[in-house]
Amino acid sequence: MTQSNWDLALSALGPILMGAIQGTIPLALVSFALGLVLALALALMRLSRLRWLSAIARVFISIVRGTPLLVQLFVIFYGLPSLGLLIDPWPSAVIAFSINVGGYAAEVIRAAILSVPQGQWEAAWMVGMSRRKALTRIILPQAARVSVPPLSNTFISLVKDTSLASLILVTELFRQAQKVAAFSQEFMLLYLEAALVYWVICLVLSTVQSRLEKRLDRYVAH
Amino acid sequence: MSPTDTPLDPPREPQTEPQPGDGTAPAASAALLSVRGLRKSFGTTRVLESIDLTVGRGRVLALIGPSGSGKTTILRCLNGLETADGGTITITAAEADPAAAGATPAGTGTGTELTVDFGAAGGPRDKQLAALRDRSAMVFQNYNLFPHNTVLENVLEGPVVVQRRPKAEVTAEALALLTRVGLADKTDAYPFELSGGQQQRVGIVRALALRPQLLLFDEPTSSLDPELVGDVLRLIKELAIEGWTMVIVTHELEFAREVASEIAFVDGGRIVEHGDPKQVLRHPREERTRQFLHRLLNPF
Repeated sequence: MTQSNWDLALSALGPILMGAIQGTIPLALVSFALGLVLALALALMRLSRLRWLSAIARVFISIVRGTPLLVQLFVIFYGLPSLGLLIDPWPSAVIAFSINVGGYAAEVIRAAILSVPQGQWEAAWMVGMSRRKALTRIILPQAARVSVPPLSNTFISLVKDTSLASLILVTELFRQAQKVAAFSQEFMLLYLEAALVYWVICLVLSTVQSRLEKRLDRYVAH
Repeated sequence: MSPTDTPLDPPREPQTEPQPGDGTAPAASAALLSVRGLRKSFGTTRVLESIDLTVGRGRVLALIGPSGSGKTTILRCLNGLETADGGTITITAAEADPAAAGATPAGTGTGTELTVDFGAAGGPRDKQLAALRDRSAMVFQNYNLFPHNTVLENVLEGPVVVQRRPKAEVTAEALALLTRVGLADKTDAYPFELSGGQQQRVGIVRALALRPQLLLFDEPTSSLDPELVGDVLRLIKELAIEGWTMVIVTHELEFAREVASEIAFVDGGRIVEHGDPKQVLRHPREERTRQFLHRLLNPF
């Protein structure tokens, strides 16, 4: 790599990291948090004894998983204005990503809840708990442990998927790289630099994941 | 239960207190548990045909019978873990127990008597099943301790979180109980760090801490290594001598003979034979009981 290439890469690092800090990371965090709330609600609906409630959740999850994220993003940002609903880029991205995480994580959470042995429900009822209390105090803490690895996968995918937000004008990591690339015509260099930054973010997340798993594993035999 | 009672004291009726194993049938007025015409099917399979049972206060009923006979289902119906299709379950709290008297918001009946009618239109409401559970506590075959909670937390979960009793008071009581069963040094351990016998003793303490009227044991030693069975059986026997009212599903005939006030032999969803332990085990009247005992005593 030539000296001028180094200089360009170094000077692009500023805006790219800015994009990560102001766009990619908060976008991923906010969408993931909202998505998890939605996912828990959908998982509980799926497990409900009320068939219509379960059916609504099933259809919702099916649509979310069966349509491309990019299309969902475009429907919200470019499609809704034709119905008179104009949403800014950032909230549009948050809505689309939250819904997407909700659809995928719902099945993870449902499976995790089902993985807790029936005897745990029965012991909770035996000591007098209601369904709600049994769920929050006994079942979900155990389901959380099981769901950390698959939910980490969902989160890491989400971090990378936020690059799609560049297509609806959100200032984030990849859009910043694109801008510098268009200006300098050094596409290979800047896209590789963007890829590297994504990778570093995901490495950090993997470390967080294994720490979290260790923490939640303290009550399990090894 | 008055504050001067030690934690392990069972709820008592001051006047009548039949001792375990004394062989006399309890007076009807002293019945703590009364089951009438209990029926249950899973799909098209009839698991309980029509079960009638009466257990007097302070007495121990052992349910024996082949696997699949319905004895565990009876126990699970008593704790509201299964909803019977018909029949009634009545549990009468001790007059002297204000806690139990206050714990019966639902159900029909007067005073401290709680009757749940499973044949009623629409079945019993969740509230009634909850009231039934308030009066009994179950010890499970597979312990079913909460793995994410320590031993002490397992015991406190019911009394503190559900019954909302003062945490300091319940903790003192729980520690006394754990000390009593030899687990004083394990209060902060997680269940996976305990042996099966220790886990089951925690299961028993968890049940006792709920201050139930009735203790239910579902094959409490079936998951244990043979050398760990003794400790758990000894503890259950102590509780029987102290006057706890219990229903025990067990395959340990020797234990049943020694601890139970009465034995019921269950087969095909019916109570085939019911009576004094020695009579049922030594001189069974029914052919089916004889066959079952013969198979159990001569496995080879």
